[in-house]
Order: sequence, then structure tokens, then C-alpha cells
Amino acid sequence: MDGGERPRLGGGWVSATPAAASSSEVQTIAAARTLREAGSVFIGVGRPSTAAILARMLYNPTLVLIYESGTIGAKPYRIPLSIGDGELAETADAVVSVPEMFNYWIGPGRIDVAFLGAAQVDRFANLNSTVIGDYDHPKVRLPGAGGAPEIAAGCGEVVIVAPHDRRTLVERLDFCTTVGFGDGPGARERLGFRGRGPTAVITDLGVLEPDAESKELVLTQLHEGVGAEQAREATGWELDVIAEPRVTEAPSEEELEALRELLSR
Amino acid sequence: MTAILSLPDAVSEIVADGDSVALEGFTHLIPFAAGHEIIRQGRRDLELIRMTPDLVYDQMIGMGTARRLVFSYGGNPGVGSLHRFRDAIENGWPRPLEVEEHSHAGMANRFAAGAADMPCAVMRGYVGTDLYERTRVEPITCPFTGEQLVAVPALRPDVAIVHAQEADREGNVQLWGIPGVQKEAVLAATRSLVTVERVVDSLEPRPGGIVIPSWEITAVAEAPGGSRPSYSLDLTVRDNDFYRFWDELSRDREEFSAWMEENVLGSAVAG
Repeated sequence: MDGGERPRLGGGWVSATPAAASSSEVQTIAAARTLREAGSVFIGVGRPSTAAILARMLYNPTLVLIYESGTIGAKPYRIPLSIGDGELAETADAVVSVPEMFNYWIGPGRIDVAFLGAAQVDRFANLNSTVIGDYDHPKVRLPGAGGAPEIAAGCGEVVIVAPHDRRTLVERLDFCTTVGFGDGPGARERLGFRGRGPTAVITDLGVLEPDAESKELVLTQLHEGVGAEQAREATGWELDVIAEPRVTEAPSEEELEALRELLSR
Repeated sequence: MTAILSLPDAVSEIVADGDSVALEGFTHLIPFAAGHEIIRQGRRDLELIRMTPDLVYDQMIGMGTARRLVFSYGGNPGVGSLHRFRDAIENGWPRPLEVEEHSHAGMANRFAAGAADMPCAVMRGYVGTDLYERTRVEPITCPFTGEQLVAVPALRPDVAIVHAQEADREGNVQLWGIPGVQKEAVLAATRSLVTVERVVDSLEPRPGGIVIPSWEITAVAEAPGGSRPSYSLDLTVRDNDFYRFWDELSRDREEFSAWMEENVLGSAVAG
């Protein structure tokens, strides 16, 4: 993972010039960059957690990390395996019960951004984390809702981090666990949701964002070296692409080294 | 004064076949030792209630302890699937498992309503999802503002079991660190068992400490290390390697059964 160390003139030990970024590294760094201005972020485990810790290291040292386990303002040095690892409680500003977390913090919209993942995402950024196949006779029983439905309803905005393939980005969800934009414009308002809803789906190929009018996800950004056609082919619905999709700024040496160092802790 | 019993005696006295039983502890303070004792005593047809089934219910489900599961997140946190949970739902092994699932917010509110002895909790949630049609949630209108909300039924388990860092000799309990819904579960249940890392002469106040008075607890049992491979903050450390190991081991029915035979059935807790 890391690039070895060598001495440099002028003192200190620094990493060798890092190897080119992998697509998953680009995805994590792109997700971290969305947190430059955020005050607080609600995170699950896995890549979202890595991205949020990285954002705190690199761009936003006062970013408040909030985990479902009730740890508010956690400052983990290592990436936690679970949302309840001891280090999260030990370093948190406050540790609250689960009823308090949902009723006092998430529900009233006190948290700026939520990072979520899912097994399936549809064109309106609705999410499935419940079953693949029929609910009563599932082909794959997934873990289920967890906190996602109320997190996506209540937090200021939602950023989804997911792999870009036809298995994940699907025409039709097998089960709607979590509402993004429901059936389109006006759905969130009808349902009484407080937050703005999904603002980005960050994949290993690029970034999808909801169209302001239709609320349908469209491709707005591609990671370096990825073509729009490749992203369209890896999407389960007819993905619209904006006229001139942006190209993700390549990870800087500093970003890559910080990510690799974090993963090696 | 609450009885301080051995773990086998406490489980034998408090948990009966067919009971609804909530072993709580949100990632932290999961009462594994009590779960293992329930397996050893061969309890059957339990309705198991828990926000995050975690490895403890994966083991109980795989051993055929449960008839029904009420939960909100059935994964191995940060690792992936719970394979025994999946095998029971997908293939009915070792017996079919009825499920009732909720969101975390729903389960937390259900426990809180139970603790308050209210019939239901009122909240915002579930609307727009497929869960709405599949679980026990009903629309309700706020009589003051007219806002459309939902109600979820209170959880009133026959038994709640939680793990805590310490109890005093009267059976007052203190836990600290991530508090989950343990206090709510104890107050919501008809009977309760708290396993503790240690029994001390008197409880010393801790930052963020939650004290549950002895008169709300049916029995306390000393079970040092009783939350492993979960943890008890300041006393034991979460065994993340075991959670990864379980992902491999539990995929296979025979390997699972052999491991349980050797490590749970064959290792009775000293009375």
C-alpha cells in the first residue's frame, strides 16, 4: 500500500513519489473533498469512514465526526472496524444513547452531511440495503435498514459512496430501504423530510448528481482516464451525461500519502 | 436487594423456553457470556430482540435457539454478512426464522416507549420506504398541529439481558462508554439480568456513567470478560480479529457447529 521511505535533502523522512492512484483511492479522496466546508458528518463504516477521517486530517480539522453508536465528535487515529470501536467513545466530545442520537440529533436536522453506502442505488438515489430478490424468499439477505432511512430524511444532505457497476446502479431496486428522491420532484416535501436529500453519488468512475428539475441522477464528473461511455455502460439505467462533465482533479501527492498512511495505521 | 447469582443459575431462573428476550449492547458491552449460557442450557423457541443481532445472535440462531428475530441491522459491523442469520432466512437452517425488522430509529423508540410503559412511540420515519408495508408501523396525526407522523409499538420483552462494567454488592449497576439502549431495555422488560465484569464494594461515579438501581434489576451475575469479543470500555478491548475470523468460519455449517461444540457447549462457566 505505501511507497517506502527515503531521506530527502533538507531533513526529515518522506515517502517516495507515490505510485499512481487506484480508482478506489480516487473515489475515497473525491468523497473526502466534499467535506471541505462541512461542520459535521454522520458516517457508517468502510470507505465513508476512511473518507471522513481523511477530510479531517487534510482539509477540515474541526470537522465533527458522528457515528451511529452515539459518539459525537470522535477523533479516531485509526480507521475503526465497527461504528462502536472503543477509540470512538474515548475520543468523542459526547457519547449519547441510541434514542438520543436519532431523536435529538438526526431527526431535527442538526447534522450537516450524511455519508451512506448501499447494495443498490436507483436513478432517484433511493437505496436498497435489505434484500436481493423477493422479500419473503430472498436470494441474498442483506443486513437491513440500520439508521439509513431516518439519517437520509433528517441530515442536511446525503452523499452516497458506491461502486460503479450495473449490479449496484440499477433500473429498479429490489427493495426500497431508504428514500433519496422517491419517485421524483416533490416527493421529499410530500413525505415531510427535512434534509435536502442526496447531493452526490461518488463512484469509482466519477460523480453523479441529481438534476435540479427532474431529481434524476446525471453524470457530472469523471475521474481521470474514464470515458462517459464507460460510465454509461456500467449504469443500469439510461444515464444522462451533462454537456461537459468535469474531470476529477487528480489526487495530489499530499492527499495520496495521507490516505495511504491512514490505511497503514 | 437484587440477587447476585452465578451465571448458570441466573439464566436458568430468568429465561424460559418461548420467552421474548432482548440481549442489548450496541457494538459495546454485548452480553456474549449470557448468550452462550442460554445456548448451553438448550433454551428453545425464543423471540430474540436486538437492534444489531451481531455475532451473539448469529451464534444463537445457528444453534437453533430462536423462533423469531426482531432487529434493525443484521450485519457483521465493518466486515459484512452474518452468515448464520442469512442461512436461517435464506434456507431455513437449522430451522426457519420469522423476522420483524425496523430501522434503528424505530427500534430505539420502541425500547424507549417500553421503558416509559407507553403503548407506542410517535416519531418521524419509515414513510416512502418498502419497510412501511412490511413491518409494524402505523400512520398517526398530531392532534395539535395536524402533522402526519408514524407510531411504532412499544417493546416489552419478557427478559432483558445487558452487560456492564460493574455492580456493587447490593446489585446496583454502573456502565459507561457507548450506552446503546441498555437502560431502556432493562426498564422495558418484565425481568432483567445484568452480567458484570466485576462486583465492587461501592460504585465510583464515572464520566458519562449510567447507573441502574438494583430494585429495577432481577439478578446480577459476575461474568468477567463476558462481553468478549465485544468489549467493556476501560476493562477489555474489542477483538476485531475475531469478527473477521467469524466471517470465514461461520460460512460453513459444519465448521460453525464444530466451533460451537468446542468453544461454547464444551466450556461451561464455573458456577
